[in-house]
Amino acid sequence: MKNDLVLRVVAKLLIPFILLFALYVQFHGELGPGGGFQAGVIIAAAMIFYGLIYGLPAVRKVVPEPLLESMMAVGVLIYGGVGIAGLLLGGNFLDYFVLDPDPVHGQERGIFWVEVGVAVTVAGVMLKVFYMFADRGKVDLS
Amino acid sequence: MSGAAAEPGLLAHFSYFVTIFLLVAGLFIVIARGNLIKKLVGLGIFQTSVYLLYIAPGKLVGGTAPIVSDAYKVYSNPLPHVLILTAIVVGVATLALGLALVVRIREAYGSIEEDEILQNETGAAADDAR
Amino acid sequence: MIINVLLVLMAAVVVALTRSRNLFAVVVLSGVYSFMMATVLVAMDAVDVAMTEASVGAGISTVLFLGALYLCDSHEAKPLHRPWLPLAVSLAVGGVLVYGSLGLPIFSDPQAPIHRHVAPHYLKEGVNETGVPNIVTAVLASYRGYDTLGETTVVFTAGAGVVALLRRRRHRQEGRE
Repeated sequence: MKNDLVLRVVAKLLIPFILLFALYVQFHGELGPGGGFQAGVIIAAAMIFYGLIYGLPAVRKVVPEPLLESMMAVGVLIYGGVGIAGLLLGGNFLDYFVLDPDPVHGQERGIFWVEVGVAVTVAGVMLKVFYMFADRGKVDLS
Repeated sequence: MSGAAAEPGLLAHFSYFVTIFLLVAGLFIVIARGNLIKKLVGLGIFQTSVYLLYIAPGKLVGGTAPIVSDAYKVYSNPLPHVLILTAIVVGVATLALGLALVVRIREAYGSIEEDEILQNETGAAADDAR
Repeated sequence: MIINVLLVLMAAVVVALTRSRNLFAVVVLSGVYSFMMATVLVAMDAVDVAMTEASVGAGISTVLFLGALYLCDSHEAKPLHRPWLPLAVSLAVGGVLVYGSLGLPIFSDPQAPIHRHVAPHYLKEGVNETGVPNIVTAVLASYRGYDTLGETTVVFTAGAGVVALLRRRRHRQEGRE
């Protein structure tokens, strides 16, 4: 598909906006519809789109495998880290109100980091699963 | 939840009936079709109709999405939304694993039709027994 | 009304999906079904769920199905037996569910028990306690944050499972004997 001019141009035009929209959905998930899951899936969809048009080796250069595998785990670690931070600062596991002198601000901080963790894990897993399926082809496409 | 409200509500229950039809259709695809990928599609249809069954009771006529703002007074119930959000993501995780299994089965048995896999397996077992 | 119309359309799509034997058409129809489900969810004021269903159900699911379809055959074989028993079982399940659904509260009844216990508290106090106007995000990340930790772990485990199943070792031939 990388020989098709229309697809190439449209992909190059759209992918930055898709990624921007994913960031918008992530950070405005508190004020409108959205949140970590949707943002992670949209990031993965943008990268899958790139991989479909330009081929698996090209998208592997943009998002290499070690980065992807660590993304999968780092998200869960961030989430658990917020929980442990609640423990270390005096509350129970996953208490957010201890994260800041003002309890409401602590809640906002906790929610922010938790959603970041969720988005990172979901994006990593979806993209990694796509890599695994695309890599197991019958024919060697390059 | 009194039974007396059920009679005039037969039309009000129409959305529940169609949801149950979708559920039964998904169930039928899972148990009646032998192709593994089609079974997974049927499972997905079953799951989405269950989501509908959960979210439908939470809607209030004249309400709006549960995002608090000063312009609205009545909101739909946010609790089913939370449960179903989790359910959707877990559903796609299960789907990814199921499809990976289907790919491995295809490589091991050469087919993704249940009947053919059973034939290959009993044929191989009979060959081993001889 | 729009909800009922969309639901009838979805039923038509599912019937077409059941009868089709070309798996590519089945996958595309399931994408169409997911989009219509997302629209129904918006009509039911579940905007977060609709966004997730549209992106996950119609986006990622379709890509995964097409990826798996590429690695397998794309045509379903003719069924060997007539599906009378599964049809009977499905209709029995449907009948029991219809009988059960007659006891449900009327669609969008404000006095239903679902609106009585914790939900009014979340709607009233959510912004004061967490400072986040989107109550679904507040409940998901703060009030029920432990469940979301479990869900993230499930997603991670599924990813690890797919890696374990589909990982290739070097120097292995394609198609095991």
